[in-house]
Amino acid sequence: MLYREAGQFKTTYAEDMAIFPIRQDRIALGILLGIAFIGVPLLATFRIWPFASEYLLWAILLPFLILALAAIGVNILVGYCGQISLGSGAFMAIGAYSAYKLGTGIHIPFAWLGFTISIPPLPVLPSILLGGLMAAIAGVLFGIPSLRIKGLYLAVATLAAQFFFDWVFLRVPWFTNYAPSGSVNAPALNFFGLNVRTPIERYLLCLIFVTVFAVLAKNLVRGNLGRQWMAIRDMDIAAELIGIRPLYAKLTAFAVSSFIIGVAGALWAFVYLGSWEPLAFSIDRSLQLLFMVIIGGLGSIMGSFVGAAFILILPIMLNLIPTQLGVPLSTETITHLEFIIFGSLICYLLIKEPHGFARLISIGKEKLRLWPFPY
Amino acid sequence: MIALGQVLEVLIGGLMSGVLYSLVALGFVLIFKASGVFNFAQGAMVLLAGLALVRSLDLLVSSGFSPWTAIILGIGFAAVIMAITAWLIERFVVGPLVNQDGLTLFMSTIGVTFVLEGAAQMIFGSDVYPLRLFPTDVWLLFESHFPGGILVNKLDVWGAVIAGILVAGLAIFFQRTKTGRALRAVADDHLAAQSVGIPIGWIWFVVWLVAGLVALVAAIVWGTKLGVQFSITFLALKALPVLIIGGLTSIPGAIVGGLIVGAGEKIAEVFLGSPIGGGIEYWFAYVLALAVLLVRPQGLFGERIIERI
Amino acid sequence: MSEILLEVQGVSLAFGGVKALRDVSFDIRKGEVRAIIGPNGAGKTSMLNVINGFYHPNHGAITFKGRTRAQMQPFEASRGGIARTFQNVALFKGMSALDNIMAGRTLKMRRGLVWQMLRYGPALAEEIEHRHRVEEIIDFLEIDAIRKVPVARLPYGLQKRVELGRALAMEPDLLLLDEPMAGMNLEEKEDMSRFIIDVNLHYGMTIALIEHDMAVVMDLSHRVVVLDHGVKIADGTPDEVKKNQGVIDAYLGVVH
Repeated sequence: MLYREAGQFKTTYAEDMAIFPIRQDRIALGILLGIAFIGVPLLATFRIWPFASEYLLWAILLPFLILALAAIGVNILVGYCGQISLGSGAFMAIGAYSAYKLGTGIHIPFAWLGFTISIPPLPVLPSILLGGLMAAIAGVLFGIPSLRIKGLYLAVATLAAQFFFDWVFLRVPWFTNYAPSGSVNAPALNFFGLNVRTPIERYLLCLIFVTVFAVLAKNLVRGNLGRQWMAIRDMDIAAELIGIRPLYAKLTAFAVSSFIIGVAGALWAFVYLGSWEPLAFSIDRSLQLLFMVIIGGLGSIMGSFVGAAFILILPIMLNLIPTQLGVPLSTETITHLEFIIFGSLICYLLIKEPHGFARLISIGKEKLRLWPFPY
Repeated sequence: MIALGQVLEVLIGGLMSGVLYSLVALGFVLIFKASGVFNFAQGAMVLLAGLALVRSLDLLVSSGFSPWTAIILGIGFAAVIMAITAWLIERFVVGPLVNQDGLTLFMSTIGVTFVLEGAAQMIFGSDVYPLRLFPTDVWLLFESHFPGGILVNKLDVWGAVIAGILVAGLAIFFQRTKTGRALRAVADDHLAAQSVGIPIGWIWFVVWLVAGLVALVAAIVWGTKLGVQFSITFLALKALPVLIIGGLTSIPGAIVGGLIVGAGEKIAEVFLGSPIGGGIEYWFAYVLALAVLLVRPQGLFGERIIERI
Repeated sequence: MSEILLEVQGVSLAFGGVKALRDVSFDIRKGEVRAIIGPNGAGKTSMLNVINGFYHPNHGAITFKGRTRAQMQPFEASRGGIARTFQNVALFKGMSALDNIMAGRTLKMRRGLVWQMLRYGPALAEEIEHRHRVEEIIDFLEIDAIRKVPVARLPYGLQKRVELGRALAMEPDLLLLDEPMAGMNLEEKEDMSRFIIDVNLHYGMTIALIEHDMAVVMDLSHRVVVLDHGVKIADGTPDEVKKNQGVIDAYLGVVH
């Protein structure tokens, strides 16, 4: 009878509206945060299993955190507001390249007007946040069509953004500071005088970003704006009739979503990759983020984390298990298997549980309430 | 100075490749007209059909069959594969999702895309396979009027002819046959269609089968042009702007849209692309589609969508 | 006689060749329950849609709270104080009953995006204040037990009640109800009638409702407008309308 909530009375509305109203959930969250903020760094510093090598931190936890952040952004737009977007990769790119330009100094000569715009290199934190802001502005611009078009048509509009920005960052050399190879290196990560270099430091940096943004996002979706977004998603005509302005709701969804995705893009480029090319943000990335959100659960912040974990871990499992079983598969076959499994999982989840793993988890919690009794 | 000959050549080349886009777009329109499902997996179906065809052809020819027999058997084999695929898709994906909204169905076709791409390559291989069913040389027209003549690909002309035959055949199918009428009924209102005894499962199987066969035709033409390979699936992405411009529910729209996109792309690439840096074809079609969407959301030939409460 | 809240003046509406409304004029007084009745296809829902701003009339105008307009956007209507419910329940299926009704408070909530992100402080205070009001409505409509249930899972009768709650949450000056009793059994109808009467008496709200059940109409409404094929054929108290020959021929029928 572990998961009973009987006896937990809420005496104020504030308590009733808390993110985790059930005490057991709060305890679980506390443990998770403890492990994340304290446990992992400790284990990694002393090289205790499973952090004996840097692999777990660098190749799994770091990308997981950043992609989960991007997935939260995508979830806000697709899951909460119902606006389908196939262009998230482009917004990550905008965040990354804007942060790069701001971090390395901007110099735009307007010779024919007689002056130059010159901005000295900004420190890393403002660069990343302003990169997010640039992505937000682009998001609003490409979101304007959503006022007239819906569903699949909107998907095409977002694909336009994806392909257009793919091209921009590939062909306009100003963005890569005229690098001959087309790939760029991130500036040194210096936050308030502290240099972030080792995997543990990078991990903690991303953990802080993700935690802060997750809380802010959760606050938004359970407030009035979140309700407006969901109303637009469910029945936009009725939403208009209760006073919701579709313009405001949709554009704020695009703005907030793109901001988060842009910041994630900057983090991906600066903290995880270190040096990158436009290919890192192609349509494959957009589809990957969409899959995370569908599998994890549309309209669920926690679901974004679950989806990101799943999508990252599956290829690793597919690599490990056959090798452990002594049946090594070629990388090609593994890629094909990945495709098949992801595709089938998407179809299966859409049929059985459109709200993804997050709903399955909350159904599990419902069952847990009664456990060990059958009903 | 831009020579008129050059303009004409680019234009014709563009129109021809536009026809090829139309071939893929036709498959989309069919499925959308008949079931309201936007089939993201159309490109993957082209890949599957192409791989099935080219691999069976290779096998048959190397086993000693004469070229013509091999071609007939190969096409037959690919058609059977597409039929099985259609059955599987109807049974396991769109059938169970029949009452869901369009967005859910669309996302399920994204899932189907991945399954088809993975399975096709796992079973049939993932190299580039050349296909030799049509002459690939060129004609040089009007040599007397323009220096060097105007280059026209024979393959492109064949593609246009095939597309024409396909459209005519489909039009007859939809308008004149009993199954075609049933398809249109299902597209309008599938609950009502069910209540007059039209078997939805069977109809949707037919729809996906026909789309699969259209994909096979597209695979033959595109495969000869580019070789059968994974990147063919990106054609599906190119066909989306074609559909937007032409209208999702219109067969003539798919043709006209394809021509506009094909010609527009090539012209933009040659005449706008060079100063800016090239690669414009990558996104031109999409931005054009976006512009059309803002001005006329239903496309050139599509039907207006009216929402009622 | 209280003042006129809304006046429909010579409204005509046509869809292509179909004339939905032909030169219809009537008024709705503050604090009354006005029924709009008529056979199917008479144009009742179209009339409501015009008042709402959904449809724009080809001729005529609507005067609401002193302002006369030829056409209104739905957003302007809701801002101006008009709320409505629908024949086919137009609830937000992905949200709970509580969230649906809270959504009705949107027009009254002021705190912007940044405050909501931070939540603690002004945004939370505002959320709690509106939650109080919404709970009052939930209490009034007797739906406390199901407030956290996703509305898609609720039975039809309860969904209609939640929809009424959402409309009430807007604190409108005029409440438009489109067949609020459709598809209900006797007990549910009696409940809904009680709520409508209470809303009118206790909140003093002006109500216009479309309804087919004659007993309900006669009991609840102060005045009735009868439409037939887009034309107004009677206008008066329930008793007057019941005796009107034109209404009897078109709609009520003769007792055999």
